[in-house]
Amino acid sequence: MKIIVCVKQVPDTSGKVAVKDDGTLDRASMATITNPDDMNALEAALALKDQNPEIKVIVVSMGPFTAAGMLHECLAMGADEAVLISGREFGGSDTFATSQIIAAGINHIGVEEGDLVFCGRQAIDGDTAQVGPQIGEKLHLPQISYVADIKLEGNTVTCKRMLEDGYMTVQVQTPCLLTCIKELNTPRYMSVKGIMEFDTKPYTVLGYNDLKDDPLIEADTIGLKGSPTNVFKSFTPPQKGACKMLDGSGKETVDELFGIMTHKHII
Amino acid sequence: MSYDFRDTAAFHGVMVFCEQRQGKLMPTDFELVSEARKLANDLGNNTEVIALVLGDDCTGMPHELAGYGADKVIVCEDARLKDYTTDAYTQVICNVVYEYKPEIILIGATNIGRDLAPRCAARLHTGLTADCTSLNVDMGKYMDFLRENSTMDLTKGKWDFEDKGLKMTRPAFGGHLMATIICPRFRPQMSTVRPGVMKKAEFDEAKAAAVKVEKFNVVLDDAELKTKVLEVVKEAKKMVDLIGADVIVAVGQGISSNPEEGVRLAQELADTLGGVLGASRAVVDSGWVTADHQVGQTGKTVHPKLYIALGISGAIQHKAGMQDSENIIAINKNAEAPIFEVATYGIVGDLFTLLPMMIDAAKEAKK
Repeated sequence: MKIIVCVKQVPDTSGKVAVKDDGTLDRASMATITNPDDMNALEAALALKDQNPEIKVIVVSMGPFTAAGMLHECLAMGADEAVLISGREFGGSDTFATSQIIAAGINHIGVEEGDLVFCGRQAIDGDTAQVGPQIGEKLHLPQISYVADIKLEGNTVTCKRMLEDGYMTVQVQTPCLLTCIKELNTPRYMSVKGIMEFDTKPYTVLGYNDLKDDPLIEADTIGLKGSPTNVFKSFTPPQKGACKMLDGSGKETVDELFGIMTHKHII
Repeated sequence: MSYDFRDTAAFHGVMVFCEQRQGKLMPTDFELVSEARKLANDLGNNTEVIALVLGDDCTGMPHELAGYGADKVIVCEDARLKDYTTDAYTQVICNVVYEYKPEIILIGATNIGRDLAPRCAARLHTGLTADCTSLNVDMGKYMDFLRENSTMDLTKGKWDFEDKGLKMTRPAFGGHLMATIICPRFRPQMSTVRPGVMKKAEFDEAKAAAVKVEKFNVVLDDAELKTKVLEVVKEAKKMVDLIGADVIVAVGQGISSNPEEGVRLAQELADTLGGVLGASRAVVDSGWVTADHQVGQTGKTVHPKLYIALGISGAIQHKAGMQDSENIIAINKNAEAPIFEVATYGIVGDLFTLLPMMIDAAKEAKK
């Protein structure tokens, strides 16, 4: 049995976010981290492996070659193998395009009867939460998203699936795909042994030529050009810090403030 | 029946997936139907607003939805649709889309909508834009939106006023960047929309009475229903979820003359706005609120849609923890307080005087 964990390297948006003059993100100047929800997904897989050492944990990422550092960290935390999907043809993909490429990569590894695919709920750079479910759809796997607890008994997976106003308990058979949230666990650190051994573990790079013949790959819906959605305009909101001081401090001022907030759909 | 996602001219109408939980429509359904009405009007040619409800008993829902602007309500009733499951809902919604071919589909960006929409979009082979905060089909109105919400120079570039494609705007990178996304080649154009962002229309009793209901013949492939809901548990809102909160009302040392009253009023404003109470370190250290409310301690960086800072001077650690909020309202007696450096709007005044007025105004706005 194996657990495939999808991870993404993202700019650290909790620090300073650099925006170029053309309104796009200056990724090069920003520190990168492993997407936080993905760390919870990896921890969940490693925790299941702690109970059953037979489980093989494979981390998969799509991104540039510089994502190797992140994958090495995942191996040092205890993952058994790492796969990086990388290719110029894949660049600029939206969630639809990305999910078919990652799904093809997972197909390449192979999903069998007892297997699981874990993703983080969403990545902090795009915040879409779309790629996990879309990988599930492409691979024809049932999904449970917003997972805060996982019980695995044989081929039966029972999850606590969070809602805004409570939760659902949902059951599904393997193979299936789960998207994980931070309430699920606290990710472990790399171990000294893991750091010593990470470069002895299998590390594979899959490029366009490795995946292009997979039936999931549609040549005309990948990359920047093929993606169903495109960026029409991107822009920065008016500068903060240009604080608008409202006159007065009575009811009229409060009404003015709430009028603005209602008009701008802030509330 | 032919269905081709590339045949953009074959798709008409604005569809809204209206989510129900325990037989009750969600508030965001009415916001989305109201927004769909505006889009349909801008599209012209008597474009219809089609509301879609799934459940085991949807009695009464069409009337409500029509009152906010739906021309037609498609009702899908089946015992297997009582509680949401990705499998059953995706099947039924895709079947409805194959038959009705809407050009736009709006789905509330709730935990359920964000599970359902990507699955449907992948199956329908079309694009999806997440968590939109503004939608436009009319280019003139889109430019008006940019005038107010961007620093873009609109005299530059070409603007195609014939373009009636859906322009879906969403924040990215914690609100540092806004992006308008389009889906030009495939239909339907799909968008999830942040709850609470779109304005609910006035309820129109005449429109509600004239509702057209179409019962959809639900056919489910049981072999494809792989997830089973064992239980649905409703829980009271979690005590403090500062990081996930959309609205934070935070208090600082400005409440020191009457901390109990200050906290009570701030909590009431937070409750009215559907938000949570935050606090500066000084307030927590004084024991006026518990530590789980503290903003700005290591690791607790918040970026709500709205942050209201009451009597907070704005120490560096505090500012670092909240300056990424999309909108910051600062209220302080001292016009020189550093908090105003990061605020969007500021009022110089006494929070004990202003808070009761703000609570009233918030109640009025939330009506």
